[in-house]
Amino acid sequence: MILIRLFWEFFKTGLFAVGGGLATLPFLSRIADTTGWFTQKQLANMIAVSESTPGPIGVNMATYVGFTTAGIPGSIVATIGLITPSVIIVLMIAVFLRNFKDNDIVKKAFYCLRPASTGLIAAAGLSVAAITFLPSAVPAASFWKVLDWKAVALAAVLLFLTRGVKKTKKLHPIVWIAVSAAAGIVFHFGGV
Amino acid sequence: MGSLMELFLTFAKVGVMTFGGGYAMLPILQRELVEDKGWATEEELADYFAIGQCTPGVIAVNTATFIGHKRRGVAGGIVATLGVVFPSVVIITFLAGLISNFSSFPPVQNAFAGIRVGVCVLIFNAICKLWKSSVKDVLTLCIFLAVTVGSFFLNISPAIFVVAASAIGVILALAKRGGRKA
Repeated sequence: MILIRLFWEFFKTGLFAVGGGLATLPFLSRIADTTGWFTQKQLANMIAVSESTPGPIGVNMATYVGFTTAGIPGSIVATIGLITPSVIIVLMIAVFLRNFKDNDIVKKAFYCLRPASTGLIAAAGLSVAAITFLPSAVPAASFWKVLDWKAVALAAVLLFLTRGVKKTKKLHPIVWIAVSAAAGIVFHFGGV
Repeated sequence: MGSLMELFLTFAKVGVMTFGGGYAMLPILQRELVEDKGWATEEELADYFAIGQCTPGVIAVNTATFIGHKRRGVAGGIVATLGVVFPSVVIITFLAGLISNFSSFPPVQNAFAGIRVGVCVLIFNAICKLWKSSVKDVLTLCIFLAVTVGSFFLNISPAIFVVAASAIGVILALAKRGGRKA
């Protein structure tokens, strides 16, 4: 029963993804690998849509993955699966643990958890980069031949504009997604 | 019943106005909940946010659950949470349907191939920001490197890394506590 499986996969994601924003990404990447419900390429597209639409990224991703996997019931079930653990945990903290965040042990646990969460996102980011810059999987020997130079050039320009230039640094991600889409269409990034 | 509806609608409004979640939501919560409704003070909001970051799940959802619970108990917590995710579910379901219908068109495929490059850059920038707040010393650097390499090359669930990292933190805190007593 795919809806129960969806609920379970997203329940786990909601339970273990700590830190907000892209914290759900490594878990979704894992779901793509183990279930085959969607590809890593589709996942990268979902990130773009989630960043360009209102709402928390994690929730948007869950809705999108749920819809791709099982239509409208899927989008609802995946979202409810994602939020159920945090609702339960937060309600428990609100009722029982007034000094939760000042607790030594909690503090140290999160001190060690934060770099782990960043590392997980970095690893998932590497997977997205691999399918973006190396469109056809090939032996490592011909790495430079398969490297997508158009994509590398666009990435260099975007990196410069989002990190190096003061005027454009603060622009909203949606601007960069629109610019990338335009570049993709004009220069036929998809090769079609 | 009236105030549950109000909770739902207020958080639905927050959901519509938030782009990107996390910190992007803070100024909107300040205006809606602290200034307009008076449902929480600045300090409470900062506390909820800090705890929201220290609990699993999406920060926006955690904050909504907290404030909803404060207003109307457990039912309030659930209603506020459903409110904050409601716009996402509607908008994304609509867009996802649209995209899957058009995804075979060449311009759409080219656009998404370009967008994936942009997404890589955005993820990279997000990691740089997270790096600053998470990698502070040798211990945290080692955890970051071990998890990045391990997660990329080994076929292990991310949950294992999350549990292992927090276990290290708990053990260190307990060892420190024990050391102090001895």
